[in-house]
Amino acid sequence: MAGTLAEKVWHDHVVREGHDGAPDLLYIDLHLVHEVTSPQAFEGLRLAGRPVRRPDLTLATEDHNTPTLDIDRPIADETSRTQIQTLRNNAAEFGVRIHSLGDADQGIVHVVGPQLGLTMPGLTVVCGDSHTSTHGAFGALAFGIGTSEVEHVLATQTLPLAPFKTMAVTVDGTLPPGSTAKDIILAIIAKIGTGGGQGYVLEYRGEAIRTLSMEARMTICNMSIEAGARAGMIAPDETTFEYLKGRPHAPEGEDWDAAVEYWKTLRSDDDATFDTEVVLNASDLEPFVTWGTNPGQGLPLSASVPVPELIADETERHAAERAIEYMGLTPGAPLRDIAVDTVFIGSCTNGRMEDLRAVAEIIKGKKKADSVRVLVVPGSARVRLQAEAEGLDQVFLDFGAEWRNAGCSMCLGMNPDQLVPQERSASTSNRNFEGRQGRGGRTHLVSPLVAAATAIRGTLSSPADLQTADSAAS
Amino acid sequence: MEAFTTHTGIGVPLRRSNVDTDQIIPAVYLKRVTRTGFEDTLFAAWRGNPDFVLNQPAYASGSVLVAGPDFGTGSSREHAVWALKDYGFRAVLASRFADIFRGNSGKQGLLAAQLAQADIELIWKALEASPGTEITVDLVKREVVCGDIVASFQIDDYTRWRLLEGLDDIGLTLNHADEIAAFEESRAAWRPKTLPAKHLPPVAIKAARPVSVPIHSQAPLS
Repeated sequence: MAGTLAEKVWHDHVVREGHDGAPDLLYIDLHLVHEVTSPQAFEGLRLAGRPVRRPDLTLATEDHNTPTLDIDRPIADETSRTQIQTLRNNAAEFGVRIHSLGDADQGIVHVVGPQLGLTMPGLTVVCGDSHTSTHGAFGALAFGIGTSEVEHVLATQTLPLAPFKTMAVTVDGTLPPGSTAKDIILAIIAKIGTGGGQGYVLEYRGEAIRTLSMEARMTICNMSIEAGARAGMIAPDETTFEYLKGRPHAPEGEDWDAAVEYWKTLRSDDDATFDTEVVLNASDLEPFVTWGTNPGQGLPLSASVPVPELIADETERHAAERAIEYMGLTPGAPLRDIAVDTVFIGSCTNGRMEDLRAVAEIIKGKKKADSVRVLVVPGSARVRLQAEAEGLDQVFLDFGAEWRNAGCSMCLGMNPDQLVPQERSASTSNRNFEGRQGRGGRTHLVSPLVAAATAIRGTLSSPADLQTADSAAS
Repeated sequence: MEAFTTHTGIGVPLRRSNVDTDQIIPAVYLKRVTRTGFEDTLFAAWRGNPDFVLNQPAYASGSVLVAGPDFGTGSSREHAVWALKDYGFRAVLASRFADIFRGNSGKQGLLAAQLAQADIELIWKALEASPGTEITVDLVKREVVCGDIVASFQIDDYTRWRLLEGLDDIGLTLNHADEIAAFEESRAAWRPKTLPAKHLPPVAIKAARPVSVPIHSQAPLS
């Protein structure tokens, strides 16, 4: 029977089919764990006297709470320290592999899994974190779960799940220079809305997706959840295999051959049917920025802040009014005129090597705007080491940026990296919710290229704006 | 899990769409390692505003939240459900829920009842016309009653059954331990294992230090 990519991966993991409305029981290949959503799950196991069924399919890292400064000293915040220590204790008690602060393999869980070669096509991957959708870039079925489900997976290595619906997201054309994977996904979310993907697994396909690198594909799948989708997937291809080969946990020898043979079957059949389809053309895609307080409230950088009176839908109009007030913006004002206080470069969306290289290329030899602080936080310790090996750290420091240790950092401000009330950021992260980066903070989501140009000019800008400025000066 | 059949309590109108889980409980409150005691963290940023609905005495002891569409979007944090439950909420009514929030609610005995938006609007008006009005949520009949308004709601059959029975998922799944073991026997050799650990050689990580001069220009506090 013809099937979509998501249906094929699902089918290969059914331990027990559900009948009469009961969910299927699905096997989980890889369970990633971090300090914030796991303590209550381990406590549940302890109370019930249950072991972790498959420690060898489980990996823990410290990321959400970890400071990005002074990591060789005790963590100053007592509750953060307790939570991280709790994870370390639980990992030791239940035999789970952990990469702790200061370890070269520590970092954001969604950066660490792929770089170790643990994330592969055709797997089911879960984590108590909604951005688990990142791993779908490899053709894995990867989704975020709550703490009760974390406990369930720890105890049984399975999850009872009702099948998802499928949505094809076809992105045709070729990205113009200055636009990136981040702009594709922000445009998709603006198009279908924060609830548009509810109940669906999105499969990204089309020419613009096929030509993307693995890291760019991860950026796209990462933000599937911002469209309300449980997961996003991209069919594996030579780009995927090339990325995986030789990584520490990638299969070797005969196992590699068998894996690749199977992975090549992981594509939606030509006659497979999706429950719904969305089409986007990348060729005319400008850099996108968000103006509001949910990731669907985004527009091309050349646009202006919306005028609520012109929005017909009452719910959307109220939401826009509230967002514009919270963000301290003027309806109708050009987005390019918005001055920011902080530029944050990092997160599981845009904290990988290619992101740092792209930023470095733009800022090299330049100085940041005086009015702006710039935080560069690598997604993992390995990313930091690689960037330092390439001399990027010096580029950032010469620019006037702060070069930090790895973690989630200002994406969600669980550590000291936070905005203060009314402070405005251009952020390469994934959520512009009220207070997300610190109570009262105002977030504009942007690509790494826009972040770099904004850090130079002090106002929301694209790399093209720098060229305009250069030619005007000469 | 606590069973849920029917519940009657004060309805709280929350006229906002896209109430994400960062609003339900901000990230700074996620550092606790316990499962209880989150009541003070619920809607923490909004509760600083005296006009916020839960700061109004008529609604303060509410237990049925009536919210706008796309409730519970964003982060997977189950703390959002714990905070709602710890505060005293037993049910949330909305026309659309984020998938992960809906799933988390079902695991914790918080009823996420999906109503038509038109019915939500009617209930909002009724609650605002007469603050403190009670709502009855009947899971057996899949029905909400608020004064004269009687509205049906949707919930998937399996979650409804588990809520009615108060069943523990893990216990149910472990009844099938033999099938899980049989499935594990059939898994391909190439599928990855985290143990024994493989990685690139360990390297010392240099700790970043604070920059000496604070350089950001902070907008003035109003």
